[in-house]
Amino acid sequence: METLKSEYSHIKGWGIDNDPQDEPNYPMKNYTGDDHMRIRWKRPTLQKVDVELLLSTERPTPSAVFGSKNPPRGLSGMIRRYAFKYSENEFKHWLPLLLADRVDVVEGMIEDLIHLKFPRVVKERGWYALAKHAPGILARKIGVRLAVLAAIAGIGTYKLAKS
Amino acid sequence: MNYRGPFRVRIDEKPHPKIEHPEDAIVKVLRSCICGSDLHIYHGMVPDTRVGTTFGHEFVGVVEEIGPEVTKLKVGDKVIVPFNISCGKCAFCKQELYGNCHESNPQATAVGGIFGYSHTAGGFDGGQAEYARVPYANVGPTIIPEGMDLDDAVLLTDVVPTGYQAAEMGGIKLGDTVVVFGAGPIGIMAAKCAWLFGAGRVIVIDNVNYRLEFAKNYSQCEAYNYEEIGDPVEFLKKATDWLGADVCIDAVGCEAGGQGMQTITGRKLMLQAGSATALQWAINSVKKGGIVSIVGVYGPTGNLVPIGNVVNKGITIRANQASVKRLLPRLIEHVQAGRLNPKGIITHRIPLENVAEAYRIFSDKLDNCIKTVLIPPTVRT
Repeated sequence: METLKSEYSHIKGWGIDNDPQDEPNYPMKNYTGDDHMRIRWKRPTLQKVDVELLLSTERPTPSAVFGSKNPPRGLSGMIRRYAFKYSENEFKHWLPLLLADRVDVVEGMIEDLIHLKFPRVVKERGWYALAKHAPGILARKIGVRLAVLAAIAGIGTYKLAKS
Repeated sequence: MNYRGPFRVRIDEKPHPKIEHPEDAIVKVLRSCICGSDLHIYHGMVPDTRVGTTFGHEFVGVVEEIGPEVTKLKVGDKVIVPFNISCGKCAFCKQELYGNCHESNPQATAVGGIFGYSHTAGGFDGGQAEYARVPYANVGPTIIPEGMDLDDAVLLTDVVPTGYQAAEMGGIKLGDTVVVFGAGPIGIMAAKCAWLFGAGRVIVIDNVNYRLEFAKNYSQCEAYNYEEIGDPVEFLKKATDWLGADVCIDAVGCEAGGQGMQTITGRKLMLQAGSATALQWAINSVKKGGIVSIVGVYGPTGNLVPIGNVVNKGITIRANQASVKRLLPRLIEHVQAGRLNPKGIITHRIPLENVAEAYRIFSDKLDNCIKTVLIPPTVRT
């Protein structure tokens, strides 16, 4: 240890937390002698449930505290309610949640428009930072989007002309 | 801060948080950070990330209001707020597994409550704001020691404990070779902390040159760009007498690059819970009987990893969210003794109002960004 210590003297605190007793399976359980009692803990005071709370099927009751903001809403909320019929073990739980997140984005835009708040996409996407630090990347992003729009417009025009 | 969808965030006025539980405190935020794992929710990769959520699980602040059952804090205390929300009473908190509390997340049992990290982690608003609700204020929040810089303190909420626990879970023995995949803030800190456990050699692997250069200097380690060394597993075997590293740490998680199949199935098509390239390399680079320590964040479904090699090589895998409360006393000692210099990794201090630019800079690794701190307007005036 001392030989090694001198070898690493340029590194402050080298080896100070080395514990030869530390073996895999850490953190060790903190056995208290009444381990069989561990599942019967005295629960904290329960937060009042005054919003719609979607509960994992893998637990019988809500946790004592939870976040109360952004309860399920609209179509995304319906999808989330469907997802929470299934356990965390199921893809049927997680994939609908990802879908709900995307639907929620559209609902958020509609909500903004209802409140006469127009999405400031350039600002919200942080493109000012791109313009300052990586104008080439920004140009590429804009170029790709314009190309996609042009392609969609082209296909639309072609189909219209054909019909 | 208000999440509006993948790659879209903005600043909005939101109602002042209220005491919703007797053990709540309301904290006026003094500093918050953007974490690498915030990028996973910013990129829309974590299920049940709802529009309107305020992100931010790394923050320090001053207690402005306390609930009737809060006895360990008083108004005016400056506190480090661990990223995990823990009750201190459940079976898991009693085992000091504060990152696995069973009383802070009704939506999922696999993860405890985390500030500002989707409804999959409890649906709490986070600290990239002027004020935040902090549940279980008797348990997690720790008073900032006198004289400690706020920039050091804010990094004790996640980066330092996670990096330290990554090294700790490696069970490093004196002279061990430790390989850290990922030269982000956590990887850099894990490499730094590996020395505290007596590592003999520390190697960091990434593909971003400025970060590798930073890791080399800050963590006093070797650093290699995987795009320049050929197959990284072969490179690491060769560098370790063809046996493999004693300990490999995955400090990347679900957005790893470096392998086409993982990138396409994990990041582009989302057919698995993110790209598990770093984990695959860790399993394949570690020696037989070695330890793989995982602190990189992955989604809740499944990943393609060479589990057969885990069996055949007799590898031990250790992983968890950092148990911040358990580690804080020791880490505060390290900071005060000068063995760790957390604020040394901060490269950007950005006004909270510019949060969208801050996310873009961190996400796209612009302007040589390593770590970003957000400063609310009320603190600056």
